[in-house]
Amino acid sequence: MAEKTLLQGIREALGEEMERDERVWVLGEDVGKKGGVFLVTEGLYDRFGEARVLDTPLAESSIVGVAIGAAMNGTLPVAEIQFADFIHPAFDQIVSEAARIRYRSNGDFSCPLVIRAPFGGGVHGGLYHSQSVEAYYAHVPGLKVVIPSTPEDAKGLLKSSIRDPDPVMFFEHKKTYRLIKGEVPDGDYATPLGKAAVRREGASLSCFAWGLMAHYCMQAAEELEADGVSVEVIDLRTLKPLDKETILASVRKTARALVVYEDNLTGGFGAEVAAIIAQEAFEHLDAPVVRVAAPDVPAMPFNKPQEDAFMPSPERIAAEMRKLAAY
Amino acid sequence: MATAKETRHAALGLEPDRLLTMYRQMVLARAVDRRMWVLNRQGKAPFVISGQGHEAIQVAAASCMRPGIDWLCPYYRDLPFCLALGMTALEFMLAVFAKADDPNSGARQMPSHFGSDRLRIITSSSVVGTQVVHAVGVAYASKMRGLDEVSVTCIGDGGTSQGDWHESMNWAGIHKLPFICIVQDNDYAISVPHRLQMGVDTVARRAEGYGVAGEAVDGGDLLASYEAMQRAVERARAGQGATLISAKVARFTSHSSDDDQRRYRPQAELEALLRRDPIERFRNYLLDEGVLLEADDERIQQECTADVDEAVTAAEAAESPRPEDLLKHVYADG
Repeated sequence: MAEKTLLQGIREALGEEMERDERVWVLGEDVGKKGGVFLVTEGLYDRFGEARVLDTPLAESSIVGVAIGAAMNGTLPVAEIQFADFIHPAFDQIVSEAARIRYRSNGDFSCPLVIRAPFGGGVHGGLYHSQSVEAYYAHVPGLKVVIPSTPEDAKGLLKSSIRDPDPVMFFEHKKTYRLIKGEVPDGDYATPLGKAAVRREGASLSCFAWGLMAHYCMQAAEELEADGVSVEVIDLRTLKPLDKETILASVRKTARALVVYEDNLTGGFGAEVAAIIAQEAFEHLDAPVVRVAAPDVPAMPFNKPQEDAFMPSPERIAAEMRKLAAY
Repeated sequence: MATAKETRHAALGLEPDRLLTMYRQMVLARAVDRRMWVLNRQGKAPFVISGQGHEAIQVAAASCMRPGIDWLCPYYRDLPFCLALGMTALEFMLAVFAKADDPNSGARQMPSHFGSDRLRIITSSSVVGTQVVHAVGVAYASKMRGLDEVSVTCIGDGGTSQGDWHESMNWAGIHKLPFICIVQDNDYAISVPHRLQMGVDTVARRAEGYGVAGEAVDGGDLLASYEAMQRAVERARAGQGATLISAKVARFTSHSSDDDQRRYRPQAELEALLRRDPIERFRNYLLDEGVLLEADDERIQQECTADVDEAVTAAEAAESPRPEDLLKHVYADG
């Protein structure tokens, strides 16, 4: 076991899966010789060759559409969309096609593919290199949506995603790529989809997040510990399928719920988490469910003051935690 | 060396038996298609979309393929294609009547959204152009795996305006894929005429720009269609790359049962269409060559009608899907 970055966890999963199963291949813009703009696929081209580490034309709909066709002909494609912000031209292929192949063929065809995309802000990416797009896809039956926040999970969840018989959207917070380091078990292991991780046990309130926000919630929770407020932090890890049991069990214990997400407030995936808690744990609540999210502006600006104002910060999260604990 | 007396079909290596098989496939497709419209008027088929007038190119193309080995990513006018690949009239009628045993989709989709794992006809949606990209992916996988398979897809002239179509042709050219795109150009995309769809007389002109071979063919002429498709298949199987076939065809019916083409096509144009009936043209050829006798033709027509009658009776009596199965097949585990 060695300390690695989240990015290295992803790279290791790709390399090991391609080694283990020759049906696995990757495609995307710049994934070949360059190894991707974030270098996630670095080294794979030399190990596995051009056919299995394919630099594609700059056309997202076809990256996904080709992966769908190849998935129906006996291969396991892992498509990289260079930034989640650029995934929208492929929305139709993901939502109308990949997600519905099994359903619309009454189970005769399936579409085992993974679509990886870096998302999220805080890196001066501006409007078009910072977005959170998970809510669009978590809305769609037929897709799975996975967001790792630790290096160990990045490897284990990607392996599960590649081995999954259905299409998986695998979103990687780009700020966590090198910022987040942790122990990554050597060799083969798969982290099951649909299981949240309790990152920190607590009694005063429950906090739910994913991606970078899971880390910010941990920082905020540690700050509150000094004030004697004990916060339970739950990293959802997979938004679809969602681990409702873990969410509800935590709320039944603490009676207070805070949902933190980096996406715009309105219609973000945290709204669904809040609705589930309100509907299924209402009688256990001592306070309203609170959402902490980005404001409803189109996207994250490039300049630092406005970028900071957009992103939920550990300080803002801590302040909301205090208010909720005191309610 | 060809002699002056050699027939067109002999020059293509086609025996009379194969010609008659193709003729029967066209006749059956027309009979099934016409019956759909009757069922629609009877209130038994909620939706009809048609392949009438497109039979020659589709049957010719299917006859160049190996069902269960080669792949088809179809579009909604490919009834003759699918029947020629081996789908039965009953299998199709189960979709028309929206019955549980419809092999295309379990009646989840509208009729003519074809799909068959047995025949390697890949499930298709209603979103025009998406299937072309899948066909490229299928071909890429075949090539990567070293499999001798050809991936064929069909689309209308309107569909070639889609970004997915352009992206697909680009991929096919880059990787010299065993891929064939058949554009069934019937001059209309619902009501929008060819002249407002593209600035070229035939989309085959674009082939060179994508780095693929281009064939412009009279898609109402079965033998010409066969020749173009056979060349494309040989090219694909020899590793020489992809082909874009543009086949001119006649759309005999309105776009669908929810359209009335008399609103946007002049009467004279609609009347002129009838002179372009691909089945009539092939029948005349076969009669002239003595491959088909009038008596045989009558028998074929009757047999196809009987096939359709039988399929309709069985499909109408079949079970409807159950509401509780609504939730099935969202994911592999449920």
